[in-house]
Amino acid sequence: MARSVLPGPASRLGLRDLVAEALSGTLQRPGRTALTMLGTVLGIGAFVAVLGLTATASGQIGERFDLTRATTVTAGDHPSGDGLPPGVEPPTSFPPDTDARLARIDGVRAGGLWWPVPGAPPLAATPTGPDAGQGLALLAATPGAVAAMEPTMVAGVPLDPYVQESRQPVALLSSAAAERLGVSRLDAQPAVFVAGIPYTVIGVYSEVRRQPGALPGVIVPASTALERFGSPPPGGERGTQALVATRVGAAGAVARQLPLALRPDAPEAFTVVPPPDPHGLRDGVASDLTGLFLALAAICLLVGAVGIANTTLVAVLERTEEIGLRRSLGARSRHVAGQFLTESTALGTLGGLIGTGLGVVTVLAVAAARDWTAVLQPAATLPAPLIGSVVGLLAGLYPALRAARTDPLKALRSG
Amino acid sequence: MTAPTSATATGSGPGGGPLVIRLAGVGRTFAGPPPVTALHPSDLEIRRGEYVAVTGPSGSGKSTLLHLLGLLDTPSTGSYELDGIDTAGLGDRDRSTLRGQRIGFVFQSFHLLAHRTAEENVLLAQLYNRTPRARRRAAAREALARVGLAHRTRALPGTLSGGERQRVAIARALVNGPSLLLCDEPTGNLDSANAEAVLTRFDDLHAQGHTLVVITHDPAVAARAERSVRIGDGRLREPGRPAVDG
Repeated sequence: MARSVLPGPASRLGLRDLVAEALSGTLQRPGRTALTMLGTVLGIGAFVAVLGLTATASGQIGERFDLTRATTVTAGDHPSGDGLPPGVEPPTSFPPDTDARLARIDGVRAGGLWWPVPGAPPLAATPTGPDAGQGLALLAATPGAVAAMEPTMVAGVPLDPYVQESRQPVALLSSAAAERLGVSRLDAQPAVFVAGIPYTVIGVYSEVRRQPGALPGVIVPASTALERFGSPPPGGERGTQALVATRVGAAGAVARQLPLALRPDAPEAFTVVPPPDPHGLRDGVASDLTGLFLALAAICLLVGAVGIANTTLVAVLERTEEIGLRRSLGARSRHVAGQFLTESTALGTLGGLIGTGLGVVTVLAVAAARDWTAVLQPAATLPAPLIGSVVGLLAGLYPALRAARTDPLKALRSG
Repeated sequence: MTAPTSATATGSGPGGGPLVIRLAGVGRTFAGPPPVTALHPSDLEIRRGEYVAVTGPSGSGKSTLLHLLGLLDTPSTGSYELDGIDTAGLGDRDRSTLRGQRIGFVFQSFHLLAHRTAEENVLLAQLYNRTPRARRRAAAREALARVGLAHRTRALPGTLSGGERQRVAIARALVNGPSLLLCDEPTGNLDSANAEAVLTRFDDLHAQGHTLVVITHDPAVAARAERSVRIGDGRLREPGRPAVDG
């Protein structure tokens, strides 16, 4: 730029004056300003709402699939009856050493088999007492299955491999069952009677992390139950089930390996239920809806930019006379360009602010309606008005250039 | 300066005042085809405090002269000094600065911003010339008071009569204390009563020592000036002086 050869300071337009002029130009026509901003408002609003709703929904998915569910794998049995004579039930597909095989899978903390004891034998506090078993679940479980349930012991100990191997007549009671059966302390080695046969109570538990069907209930060793009550029916709800507790994040891998680890010869005999994969669900939401809506938001922003560019261009053409006047009052062409650029940027910023507000309200309203916790990521929400500013700035470039090139002569003549 | 000096104005002006305008061989040709000479090379000197009318029919080159004097256009030939500053070769920045600080424009069609009050329209003139914000409002009110509009500072142009609007425009032109008031057909859009009011303001401003150049096709307006310059077919002539030809 050529250096000034004049004495004294050159023409200038202070920042405050520039902004004041731009706002005045914008607010003079509130109706037109509102319509011009509409595209930006919708675009930014959609952007904030989509990202907010995605985050909110993801948070919901995260909440629904808590840690326990994410580390639980169950497997059912559907044994093949091929080659057996009619009326003869096939044996269970689970091998006898299931506990050990499960424990060898990488990522398994504990695992074992359980089933409801068949035949619903009566439960009583004395050999000839009345059946107190109404509403109590009588389960057979291996020590691994009990460990996978993660019972909270209030007295005694859970099942150990010894009682399983030696088929001990022992029982674990939930605290509700203990109360019902009159068991209050374990130091006198109290017994409960199942089908008239005593089982020594070795432990009382209050809660289980997995398998809430064991509450309220009585658990006896699987080996003892097999000997005294026979095999459970194969498959189905009353059949043998595997319960596995895995380390965090290992559930998917464990679920894939489980059938082969148990029965390399017949992995198809098991129905494995892994926990729903929260990442998969989140990614699904992200890839489908978010992508679509973000594309719509981008289109809205583009339309918004075109709207601002158009309105600003019209304003430049309409205000040719004003441009000429400003030039006659000492404005340099860059001052004129700056004014229109600031006006379009102000429009975009205002649109961005309103859009962000609407987007946030949308997220809050949807979350409130669904009883969700609204999640707004500051990284996506706070810069949103700035996106509006950038849209306005870009949209104003060409009109500002036109304004700067306006010939003050023609502009003043047009009056 | 080697330009012809035959038409230098010293006679009718108030003698020894410093030169505000000095045109030496200034001409303007618009590129063709065919090229049009809107103003043949001309000389003109105007001293501080003079009240000069430039008259001529439409198409005579009046507007070209106005734009050259107002630094809105650059001459094809010759040199133009404003307040002793040679404007040849000045860039947009310096020309804008000179316009904003030393020239007050008054237009035929007022050029007021319709959405702003009289005071805000006057404030606009102080936007680009570094007037401290705190002083602007007082200066604008004072300028409006000088054109007799102290009571209408908050009026929008739409509620003002034509004469009042032109007085707001004059206040806007005055507010920065310019060296030169450049008026382009200032009464062209006014009825005779309003025109008379504006011309009376010009008389007052002249009496206060302002330098006025009024471009008009109206002999009655020109008659109010103390000195008249005619322009016809792009040639500047001053009655009683030899014609200036390029």
